[in-house]
Amino acid sequence: MADDANKVNGANEPPQQRVKPDPPGYFEGESMTRRHAFTIAAQGLGGLAGAAIILPAVGFAVAPIFHRGKERWEVVGPTGDFVEDTYRQIVFTETEGIGDAGKTTAYVRKGSKLYDEDPNSFVAVSNRCAHLGCPVRFVEAAGNFICPCHGGVYDFEGKRIGGPPVRPLDQFQTRVKNGQVEIGPRYSVTNQMDPVRARDPGEFTGGIWEYLYPPRPSTFPPP
Amino acid sequence: MPKLPTLKIPDAVVPPPLRKPPKPGSQGVPKGDAPSDLKTGAPPAKTHGDRVLDQAKEAPADVLAWVDTRMGGSGFLTGMLYRKVPKGTNWFYTLGSATLFAFIVQAVTGVFLAMFYTPSATQAYASISHINNEVPLGALVHGMHKWGASVMVILIFLHMGRTFFFGAYKYPRELNWVIGVVLLILTMTMAFTGYLLPFDQRSFWASIVGININGTGPVVGPYLSDFLRAGPELGATTLARFYAIHMLLVPGAIIALIGAHMYLVVKLGTTAPPWTKAERPKVAAPVAQLDAGVEGNGASPNGGSRA
Repeated sequence: MADDANKVNGANEPPQQRVKPDPPGYFEGESMTRRHAFTIAAQGLGGLAGAAIILPAVGFAVAPIFHRGKERWEVVGPTGDFVEDTYRQIVFTETEGIGDAGKTTAYVRKGSKLYDEDPNSFVAVSNRCAHLGCPVRFVEAAGNFICPCHGGVYDFEGKRIGGPPVRPLDQFQTRVKNGQVEIGPRYSVTNQMDPVRARDPGEFTGGIWEYLYPPRPSTFPPP
Repeated sequence: MPKLPTLKIPDAVVPPPLRKPPKPGSQGVPKGDAPSDLKTGAPPAKTHGDRVLDQAKEAPADVLAWVDTRMGGSGFLTGMLYRKVPKGTNWFYTLGSATLFAFIVQAVTGVFLAMFYTPSATQAYASISHINNEVPLGALVHGMHKWGASVMVILIFLHMGRTFFFGAYKYPRELNWVIGVVLLILTMTMAFTGYLLPFDQRSFWASIVGININGTGPVVGPYLSDFLRAGPELGATTLARFYAIHMLLVPGAIIALIGAHMYLVVKLGTTAPPWTKAERPKVAAPVAQLDAGVEGNGASPNGGSRA
């Protein structure tokens, strides 16, 4: 093929100045050799076939990140059951289908004017420690939430007053329906008790942390 | 240290086939003369039974030869098994093999545990207590897997320490160090994912803490913990996911990387311990070299260039 190219070139030029195609093996006017073209095509097809297998599998494994489950509301008792100066411990199902492992604990009380809350609302504080997720318990005598794992302490409202936690305790949305208090999706709060989308324990909230620990699509918008 | 006397076993105790053959010429045959058994004529005719016995004795070698003719692995195996190791190789060099052995124990016991284990959030704990309390030797196999995991983690760190302190990570073995670090990470992944599988209180809360530690990485952390849990909360799919990672994904990667690790060990050879001195050629060095840098006497060429 190189000879053919030379003949075409050589027709208009003196024979001694015949130009050899550079690089060798190209037809005139070609930008790549036949072998190079086939190599690229074969590799491209192989890559396509590989991607057709890998991408769905990876997507399947990663999909739960982008999936938000159905919103659950659970009745936890009549409004009269709850007072504003102490908590009542409620165990309810947060994740369905796995029995006791899917249950979580909330401490529920009536809204208090002391904390600028609507006295007709209800506050449900999650027992999930904001440090690494151990279960805190409300200690009546101290009026504090105390974590057994690494010594995190929260005040009556759920604000951190000691230990390693990075933010106040999470809360659950509440509503009253037919005289019954219902508990809904989880949300997190900033240090100023402003509601934000639920974060995992150990993640700061508020300010620049809203970008460093971005909200996940699998969580519900805050109230 | 005085040399210990070697124990001599009397000939009478040793059965004839195991006896050390006499040195040629040591049995009264004059030097330069062929041994007496070579001088005799044709060997005594063999009976049919003897021939069958001979064939039976040769059978393993014949089978191996048959395989080797078609596969040709003997050269590789000979090179691998009879490779030279440096002077000073000691017990610290067995830590890698010990880690490999711990991994094999994990793989074998894990296969048998999988025959009884149910990776379901509602049945996992019951299946583990079934293994421990009702399956014969179940507690032993589960215990080997559970304690063997700690043994493997300890051994892999000791092996890493040996490599580090002996300087065995240096050129040309950097790639093997990198592969070893990946193997360490994979081993830790195995330890982390395996911890959840009994699904008791301890493993449940330990996994929650572990996943939340993963979540504290900036920007990607929240998504990583969602990926590990397969959702915003630890649920039924979390256990299935950890089980799949623990027994399908990571073991394959570990086996492949152990292959690469050992290929490089065989190809590059092992290092001598740092305290062994390089052997010098036994020819006299030129006087000029001996004098250079040596204070006073020229008799210690080894210390010359260090001063």
